Amino acid sequence: MSGPLTIFDRPRDYIGQPVPRADTKRLLQGRGTFIDDIQLPRMLHAAFVRSSVAHGVITGIDVAEARALPGVVAVYTGADIAPHVEPYVGVLSHLAGLRSAPQMPLAVGVTRWIGEPLAMIVAQSRAVAEDAAALVTVEIDPLEAVTDMETALDPATPVIHAEMDSNLAWERTVDVGDVDAAFARDDVTVVERRFRFGRHTGVTLETRGAVAAYDPSEDELTFWYSGQAPHMMQFIFAKHLGLPEENVRVVSQDVGGSFGIKIHTYGDEVATALAAKLLGRPVKFVADRMESFLSDIHARDHVVDGRIAVDAEGRVAALAFDDITGIGPFSMYPRTSAIEANQVLNLTGAPYVIGNYRAHAKVVFQNKNMMCQYRAVGHPIAMAVADCLLEDAAHEIGMDVVEIRRRNLIPDDAYPTQSASGMKLDDLSHHKSLETLVETMDYDARRAEHAKLREDGIYRGLGLISMVEVTNPSPMFYGIGGAPIASQDGATIRLDAGGGVHVSSSVTEQGQGTNAILAQIAADVFGVPIARVKVTTGDTRTTPYGGGTWASRGAGIGGEACLQAAQALKEQVLEVAAVILQSAPGKLDIRAGAVVDAEGGAERMTLSDLARTVYYRGNELPADLKPELVATRHYRVTDFPFVFTNCAMAAEVEVDPETGFVQVLNFWAVEDCGRVINPVLVDEQVRGGVVQGIGGALYEECIYDAEGQLQNATMADYLVPMAFEMPDIVVKHVETPTKTSVLGAKGAGEAGTGGAPGAVMNAVNDALRPLGAEIHQMPMTPERILRALGKV
Amino acid sequence: MKAADFAYEKPGNLADALALLADPDRDASPLAGGQSLVPMMNFRMAMPDLLVDLGALDELRGIAPGAAGGLTIGAMTRYADLEASELVATHAPLIAMALPHIAHAAIRYRGTIGGSVALADPAAEMPALMLAMDAEIEAQSSQGSRRIRAAEFFTGIYDTALAPGELVTAIHITAAPEGRRFAFYELARRHGDYAMAGVAVAATGTNRADPRIAFFSVSDRPVRAIRAEAALQAGDAEDAMAALDEIDFAGDLNADARTKRHLAGVVLKRALGRL
Ligand SMILES: Cc1cc2nc3c(=O)[nH]c(=O)nc-3n(C[C@H](O)[C@H](O)[C@H](O)COP(=O)(O)OP(=O)(O)OC[C@H]3O[C@@H](n4cnc5c(N)ncnc54)[C@H](O)[C@@H]3O)c2cc1C
Repeated sequence: MSGPLTIFDRPRDYIGQPVPRADTKRLLQGRGTFIDDIQLPRMLHAAFVRSSVAHGVITGIDVAEARALPGVVAVYTGADIAPHVEPYVGVLSHLAGLRSAPQMPLAVGVTRWIGEPLAMIVAQSRAVAEDAAALVTVEIDPLEAVTDMETALDPATPVIHAEMDSNLAWERTVDVGDVDAAFARDDVTVVERRFRFGRHTGVTLETRGAVAAYDPSEDELTFWYSGQAPHMMQFIFAKHLGLPEENVRVVSQDVGGSFGIKIHTYGDEVATALAAKLLGRPVKFVADRMESFLSDIHARDHVVDGRIAVDAEGRVAALAFDDITGIGPFSMYPRTSAIEANQVLNLTGAPYVIGNYRAHAKVVFQNKNMMCQYRAVGHPIAMAVADCLLEDAAHEIGMDVVEIRRRNLIPDDAYPTQSASGMKLDDLSHHKSLETLVETMDYDARRAEHAKLREDGIYRGLGLISMVEVTNPSPMFYGIGGAPIASQDGATIRLDAGGGVHVSSSVTEQGQGTNAILAQIAADVFGVPIARVKVTTGDTRTTPYGGGTWASRGAGIGGEACLQAAQALKEQVLEVAAVILQSAPGKLDIRAGAVVDAEGGAERMTLSDLARTVYYRGNELPADLKPELVATRHYRVTDFPFVFTNCAMAAEVEVDPETGFVQVLNFWAVEDCGRVINPVLVDEQVRGGVVQGIGGALYEECIYDAEGQLQNATMADYLVPMAFEMPDIVVKHVETPTKTSVLGAKGAGEAGTGGAPGAVMNAVNDALRPLGAEIHQMPMTPERILRALGKV
Repeated sequence: MKAADFAYEKPGNLADALALLADPDRDASPLAGGQSLVPMMNFRMAMPDLLVDLGALDELRGIAPGAAGGLTIGAMTRYADLEASELVATHAPLIAMALPHIAHAAIRYRGTIGGSVALADPAAEMPALMLAMDAEIEAQSSQGSRRIRAAEFFTGIYDTALAPGELVTAIHITAAPEGRRFAFYELARRHGDYAMAGVAVAATGTNRADPRIAFFSVSDRPVRAIRAEAALQAGDAEDAMAALDEIDFAGDLNADARTKRHLAGVVLKRALGRL
């Protein structure tokens, strides 16, 4: 779809360059505006009383003492709030059969997880609000808690929602080819494994938070929040608080990390907006770290029984698995909690040629915090299951793990094609990426070194992964199912009188550098120095309409809209310039902030001269010239449901067989995200993602007891990966631009998180294999490894 | 996560501090580096109504040679001061070995030796070092002062022999005999975390005479392994490792009691390897 001449047919100053982020200085000097930095006149502070029982009937909430505490302005229970909120249900029509129950911001009647908000205190300060929260007495008649997802569907297990016949939220099967026949062949080797993926969560540096202000004179709600989808939240507040949609303004200023945690509807945030409306005063809520652990969505939590059949040549004859995942008591609204399982079904084995594929998932309710989309949704499970089975099978038949990939990866010249589950694939480079990886990591030399070290009792291992990542989604992801989630995004670019350019975009910035790449694109395509580009994102009142940040789409979709808008503005400006300069648009160009002769590059007039003429001295222009120095373009992916990227990664680990400790010594990632707009930002996305992936593989786990109590809701006990334990991460790129856009950029935000866990698991098992042990449970803690080794 | 309301005093001398702590009508807590107490207050697990900040008590700060050799360390001496001290490196090498494993630099700039000893966290390094070095803890109240041997000081999880109103004022480390050797080893999930298991060992000469073996993060308090010491004294390191069943192992989130038992053997073996 690219036209004859684009930005990529001429020299560029910014796209592809490691341009430093403009935001960095501001943030490092402490001049960011995060939620807790916002101070409004007459602002109040909220704190929540949260359930300490995983499942029970609320028989009484006594708020009298709390209400009487000086400094307390209001106390609300679920019953107080219920008349003002339309309940919400986390289902989508394209996930056929998915069910959930209506949710309210504060529990009404029954509480269903520890951490669920039961009452809200609004007071002069957060400290007073917490004092008052301690004075609320809640009486709960406990019901049996459903905490083990593996028994959640047993007939003897109580049903969490009385209106349902079981705790099943959703179930789906993909069945392609003749799986049973393939497993029954007598020339195949079958490997079976049970995988366990622990629950973990996103741990954003800035916790969730919001300031809500309501202006009764205009019936307007303004909601500043630390989040990634302002327009989605605008719809949600309008619908569920009964406001005209245009009267709701949602603003995300600086956001201290998000990772998918901040893209959902949280009861405490809805209650904050409602309290502001009821009180006519601004209300601030900033979750403390413990509340974050208890109430930010959790992710993963899967048990997968997987099987693979390979023939003597190492070709995969069939892949099959059953997945069960526990999502807490409700499906999260509005994205639902079935997407992760759906991704596992869609993506497992997607890098490989697999003719016979059966995947089955059950999504069940349980009395724990809710589970939903966190960075690399479903990918860590999908990639680890396929590639761990593949590597285990390779060892079983005595084949090298690189060789078995060479024999099964979809050939680089086979595109367009589709995956076993029917995903449309194009512009991927698995083989080239794998070969680059093998060379970069010095694969053979390392293998030889490991064999030698084993003689000295040092157990090192290598593990690889070949993966795909879902990026740049089309409406097929959410919109089709009825969710208020835009998959198209827009950019408006305006030339100001001073010759500077202002970009306003509907994608958002959470620290990943979206604003920086928008500026790079606008500067290059329109033709101004990057310092003259200012970017606004994250405000429903001032930006075009769009989806915000999810599924690695900011650069690929937001960037393309920006490119198109910049190109359109350039054409508009050249039209005006041609009239003023008595030339033709085709003979002129814009470079470095000036209109120049396309041939030779001689400066004809600065953009500032042009803009000032248009804005101040329109009398100098012919009457029939109607200059437009602003352009807006929107973009969506049309030809594919998703634009996949691919990545090949490897981990090198050392396992201490006496202690069960794993040290990741090295990590390599070769990623193909199409056009790289800013190598620094892309590399850091990959590295940050890999670190989160290593976190899931080795450290992070939300540990619940049998009663549904989270045991480690502090930063001391929940182990996020820290710099000291992290290896150097080498990142390389193969660039296969997507044909779906001129920009050619695919997403790069999630590959690391999606692939690293499987690579680390493969590496650990490679190290353990000579000791006769294996492990397929994440996180692979020292204790679990010691158990695998039979030492404890 | 805001602390419950409390009053705050920063007395200028020890007598005033002790007087404030002696007030039977107030639930007063001494505040040292605040690295454990302040988080506990924010969780509202500690809700003192008066904080007595020891920060201005210069008499509780400092590292000095002991009267009969060894060292006297003021309770308010920060980890960072211990790390920088030649005296500590020479006379209390176990402390120097352990410090890099205690939390992170920022925390070591505030946390104090007295705070750690008084808190008696079973997972903390300092209390076990006190056992291994046979240190004496000097305690003072408005009633007077006394010295308590480390072996009698740590009485249970976060529990000590300190009486209400009593402050730790100093740690006395006796002079090590000629040829005394020390070793330290711990296993932590991440650098700076509390250990999954750790041990401090002291013994004299190549034949490891008069050994002291003190574990941390394996039980409800720092524990000496008396029978393992006897085995080592008898010259058998293997027996020492096998004798650890005398310890009442207690599990935590990272390791159950069985795993603690296993890791205790590993850290002891590795520490002995360094002795
Ligand atoms: C992230 C993090 C990691 C940590 N990791 C480790 C670790 O690996 N190992 C480790 O050992 N510790 C660790 N700590 C704890 C740290 O070492 C604390 O500083 C120490 O335990 C307490 O010292 P403090 O001076 O801060 O005492 P405070 O927190 O001020 O006081 C602790 C308790 O002792 C009482 N107290 C203080 N001084 C006295 C005194 N002189 N007499 C009587 N009572 C007193 C207080 O009232 C309070 O109850 C960590 C802390 C943090 C925040």
